[in-house]
Amino acid sequence: MRIGHAKESYAADEALLDSPFQWTMLALMIAGLAALPLFGDPYWVYLVCLIAIHVIGATGLNILTGFTGLVSLGHAAFLGVGAYTVAVLEARIGTPFPVNLLAGGLAAAAVGLVVGLPSLRVKGLYLAIATIAASVILHFVFLHWASLTGGPAGLSLPPATLFGVALDTPFALYWLILPVAGVMVLGAANLFRTRVGRAFIAIRDRDISAELIGIPLLKTKLMSFGISSFYAGVAGGLWAYFFRVVTPESFPLIMSIFFLAAIIVGGLGSILGGVLGAVFMTLVPEALKLGVGLLSGVLPDAVAILAPVRTVVFGALIIGFLIFEPLGLAEIWRRFRRLQHLWPFRT
Amino acid sequence: MDWLFLFEVAIAGLGAGGLYALAAVGFVVVYKATRVVNMAIGEILMLGAFVFFGFASGLGWPPWAAVPAALVVGGLFGGVVERTMIRPMLGESPIAVFMITVGLGSLLVGLVELVWSPEPRRLPAFLPDAPIFLPTPWGEAYVSPKTAYASAAALVLITGFMLAFRYWRGGVALRATATDRGAAYTVGINVPLVFATAWIAGSVAAFGAGVLLGAIGGISSTMGVFGLSVLVVVIVGGLDSLLGALVAGLLIGLLEALAGTFLGGEYKLLVTFGLLVVVLLIRPYGLFGTREIERL
Repeated sequence: MRIGHAKESYAADEALLDSPFQWTMLALMIAGLAALPLFGDPYWVYLVCLIAIHVIGATGLNILTGFTGLVSLGHAAFLGVGAYTVAVLEARIGTPFPVNLLAGGLAAAAVGLVVGLPSLRVKGLYLAIATIAASVILHFVFLHWASLTGGPAGLSLPPATLFGVALDTPFALYWLILPVAGVMVLGAANLFRTRVGRAFIAIRDRDISAELIGIPLLKTKLMSFGISSFYAGVAGGLWAYFFRVVTPESFPLIMSIFFLAAIIVGGLGSILGGVLGAVFMTLVPEALKLGVGLLSGVLPDAVAILAPVRTVVFGALIIGFLIFEPLGLAEIWRRFRRLQHLWPFRT
Repeated sequence: MDWLFLFEVAIAGLGAGGLYALAAVGFVVVYKATRVVNMAIGEILMLGAFVFFGFASGLGWPPWAAVPAALVVGGLFGGVVERTMIRPMLGESPIAVFMITVGLGSLLVGLVELVWSPEPRRLPAFLPDAPIFLPTPWGEAYVSPKTAYASAAALVLITGFMLAFRYWRGGVALRATATDRGAAYTVGINVPLVFATAWIAGSVAAFGAGVLLGAIGGISSTMGVFGLSVLVVVIVGGLDSLLGALVAGLLIGLLEALAGTFLGGEYKLLVTFGLLVVVLLIRPYGLFGTREIERL
């Protein structure tokens, strides 16, 4: 259907969306998302908000792991830093929420820079384990710096207010979370059309060559850590406003694995992949819940098996995608698009 | 300072360290031969404890039959994992294989919870439980019998592994593969078989550590957290050094016991990971690891 779509300039070749068809689809999607809270079920509004938060976090991790090649297993802790910053500012100081959200992102970015420092000396799995260390240490801080974080009980915060309107339902927060997610994904997509983003990719592909062509390794790696944890911090801040209570147990290691699974399933090193992966991985537990609900007539303790089944499915998805579809859902989507471009002919 | 108390704490720490060392040997064997970082080591250990529980409690086998049976299952498990998950990833980036083991860990936790439910349980007692008293210059020191026997068993197993690597033909083949995979192929070593052997041996070690750990502290599906400390042990000791695994295992066990006693239980992981950060910054290749020459 799109055969003969010739590109005549570099600008056209570089464009994120390269055809009227794509623009139309995007416009339809935005219209659909805007219409959803007006006509849809509150459950779906809730779910889309959650997906959007996960999309921000997964996109952030994708910048670090997918594009720069630095594996982080501490992403949940960065979310925690953002969430705690927002909670402390909102509950104790009462600054307006755009400031809090930004502060959450920046605080997470600052922590990310510190965690990224070992990337000067270690890489690959050493770095991954160093990030686990960081997340253990941050968890300890959340738990024991009780005067600030409220200790094991955590902090609860009042709803965000915008122009005097309290954003205290998923319906109201929807209009905050979705635009933020949209802007952040767009920002990430554009990042890889700039010098900095390309430097990230160069480091991922071969760090020695990257240094030889004049990319300062430490600075660039740290920048990647900073940007990635900024995304995590904003996601954590939105998470705090969404659930309105932040405890040390809200950000376990399994959450880091969730984000890692999301970008593996979606496609490492692809913005679309991060988005698809986050959507998919958020919907899988919901689908399982539905399946378990159907089974509850047959199996009496079907609800009890939900959590372990979810853990098994996460693991199986990571392994399955890595072995059979290493480029993830993004690659499946690309294949589908190629098919659709040439339809009714075959490749 | 109560020296007797300190001595008792130190002995308990070294005893726990023996288990760390055994699990770390399971990790190092796999890493040495295949260069795969096995993030699932803690979960494999947990599976071992539950398989033993299944044989000993579920089927009611006596311990002398259930322990070997669990170790055999461990070997089979290692072989199956190698063949179905690791072999297809041969030649892929190390990060991808690393993530496969992360997935494997999640899969195992879920499976164990499905089969045995997440509640903590106790293993049937099979280690002797007569208390042991060691004479010291400060008086008689009490040593927990379970810890003492478990770590003695762990040390015997570790010695067995070390001797096998030194003198057994397969062990030599494994060391050759670790040194240079291509050269090992050239001299006629069946490298895929070496990989499978390493996974089998590594899983047997992890299963053994799981059974011993379960015998001391009971079992639960969150036992995999033990694996986090094991990761620290192997990094501190050097990823590819069996001796390093032993020394660092004892060191971390001692450190955790001291931190747990004098600072409080919640400081254990903090101190362990603090040590990890220091080691990563100063000596990333660990105490006894091969120093990879790469300046960046």
